[in-house]
Amino acid sequence: MRDEVILLVEQCLNGLQFGLLLFLLAAGLTLVFGIMNLVNLAHGSFYMLGAYFAATFAPLTGSFVLGAALALAATLVVGMAVELIAIRKLYGRDHLDHVLGTFGLILFFNELVRLVWGPGGMNLPLPPYLGTSIEIFTDVHYPVYRIAIIAVALVVALLLYLAVMRTRVGMLIRAGASNREMVGALGINIQLLYTLVFGVGAALAGLAGLIQAPILTAQIGMGENILIVALVVIIIGGIGSIRGAFIAAIFVGLVDTVGRAFLPELFRLAMTPAAASALAPALSSMLIYVLMAVVLVLRPQGLFPVDGK
Amino acid sequence: MNKIFAAAAGALTACVSVPALAQQKSVKIGFVSTFSGPSAVIGNDMRNSFDLALDHLGRKMGGLPVEIIYEDDQQKPEVGKQKTEKLIESDHVDFIAGYIWSNVLLASLKPAIDSKTIVVSANAGPSQIAGELCSPYFFSTSWQNDQTPAAVGLYMNQKGVRNAYLVGPNYAAGKDMLAGVKATFKGKIVGEDYTRWPDQLDFSAELSKVRAARPDAVFVFYPGAAGVQFLNQYAQAGLKNQIPLYTAFTIDETTLPRQGENALGIPGAQQWVNDLPNDANKKFVADYKAKYKSSPSFYGAQSYDAANLVNSAVVAVKGDVAKKVDMIKAMEKADFASIRGPYRYGNNHFPIQSFYLQDVVKGLDGIPVLKTVATIVKDDQDGFHDKCAMK
Repeated sequence: MRDEVILLVEQCLNGLQFGLLLFLLAAGLTLVFGIMNLVNLAHGSFYMLGAYFAATFAPLTGSFVLGAALALAATLVVGMAVELIAIRKLYGRDHLDHVLGTFGLILFFNELVRLVWGPGGMNLPLPPYLGTSIEIFTDVHYPVYRIAIIAVALVVALLLYLAVMRTRVGMLIRAGASNREMVGALGINIQLLYTLVFGVGAALAGLAGLIQAPILTAQIGMGENILIVALVVIIIGGIGSIRGAFIAAIFVGLVDTVGRAFLPELFRLAMTPAAASALAPALSSMLIYVLMAVVLVLRPQGLFPVDGK
Repeated sequence: MNKIFAAAAGALTACVSVPALAQQKSVKIGFVSTFSGPSAVIGNDMRNSFDLALDHLGRKMGGLPVEIIYEDDQQKPEVGKQKTEKLIESDHVDFIAGYIWSNVLLASLKPAIDSKTIVVSANAGPSQIAGELCSPYFFSTSWQNDQTPAAVGLYMNQKGVRNAYLVGPNYAAGKDMLAGVKATFKGKIVGEDYTRWPDQLDFSAELSKVRAARPDAVFVFYPGAAGVQFLNQYAQAGLKNQIPLYTAFTIDETTLPRQGENALGIPGAQQWVNDLPNDANKKFVADYKAKYKSSPSFYGAQSYDAANLVNSAVVAVKGDVAKKVDMIKAMEKADFASIRGPYRYGNNHFPIQSFYLQDVVKGLDGIPVLKTVATIVKDDQDGFHDKCAMK
């Protein structure tokens, strides 16, 4: 019995870690969508760039943390530049134009990475103090790095909460999410706000990417698959809501990981092992979409819709 | 008016001249592999090796110049099928080679076989094609998927492994690989996980289950970049020093530079390893290193053999590639210097060949390299050949 409980705790930690990572991605996505009403498919490209920047800067500076900080700054700059150069042209236009334009950006960034870093992908080795595992229960080791991810993501979530709820810029962001026209009419420099929010969103995606780089390695196109999950998160959470994104991300992370871990065993109770091992992986990979469908039926606006929309 | 007549006449001449063109001025080969995304490294190694084989053949087969068309399947079955159809219908190729992925090959096989185009798989070996879907127009220069993991299973018996946990991706080859281990491994299977393919790259849930099950050993199959990520996470989770890992197609020359120390001491099985001592192989490895400044992988080795197998067919019919039956007969003899050493073909056109134990050791300069340690099984034939209707 003790083993089962420990396994469940461990899987919940795994799910929490994945969920918090999704939150970092979804936070930027939901802000940009909520405030600028922009569908940004290229959000995953910043995730990829964060990973590549970190894998480049960490060996150059000789420090993982310093490399990560530089990578974060670099993605912020790239994000703001992309907003100034490309995204700004898209605001007044149809959502389909957003999709086309930002899809073009995905292709652009994928090719750019191929030209700069080559097609093979890059490793980001962990420093020894992060690359080990610690004993969380007797005889049960858990990677230190995954615990560090949970801690960093929670701190970032807290900072984001404080920034949005307790600062003037945060007030503007909330106001922008509720009623963009009114914020502009009150004489706020909405252009600057947009550039800033887009840049911060990109940096958050970059943070998610550089956090994943030591686990998954940096690969071209790594942002596309996870972007789909991030979109599921913001739909469940309610578009434009940071709080919704946070809760939905953890929910999705837990459902995906714990489902993947225990569904095969659950099925084996009811059917033959062969049928269970054929059906369970297929169903567990669909779980989050089933979850999204259920939420859409019960609450079409998502769990935490932003007021005034 | 005259212009129209001239155009019509031109068009007619073009029609008439088609049979003349078909009088073979060249041998046309299509090559389908993955040249974009994370798996492009594998596709490039295959293309490099195929090109090197053509260099060694003087860019001619049976006296005819060789024309080669590379197509990118993007690791997607539906794209692979489209590219295969394009090669057949608009390029009119005489042979199609390549195919890394079993699911891509399974989707692409039918259009090729229906058009009687000879297919040479340089990697994928799904059990279906070795059995009920076998065809005279299909040849493999690799293996049937189950064979390599079956050899690993034999080695695990030798090492006295009593129970094992198996992890692999949830697609055609992943299922074959795990079935392959189970066919020969005599111990108990304490757990078995299939992960989403190809987009699941975080194995935290599976690794936690492995740790909780406390097996004697773990067997995995993760080709390409996923193998880098798996070994990385296996080490980070602290499992590398706790539970021995056995692999098939997870550590090779395309992934080893990025797996590095994480791969040291982890055994696998292969029908070809870079240090096999035959002359053809020495030439291949040396020339590959000289031309591309990197080491060839088994994917490349199989592609090199594929080019030479095609050459043996074209030479046998003296360049008259319309004689398909004669070419197939020639190919069944496997009459060329394979760089894995000589092998024979079974009734299903899959090789009957030996499998070696490979290990990862530190090379002279401290960089991990693959090394042949022992022969696990000699003249091994896949277990599906009796389901194949061909005799």
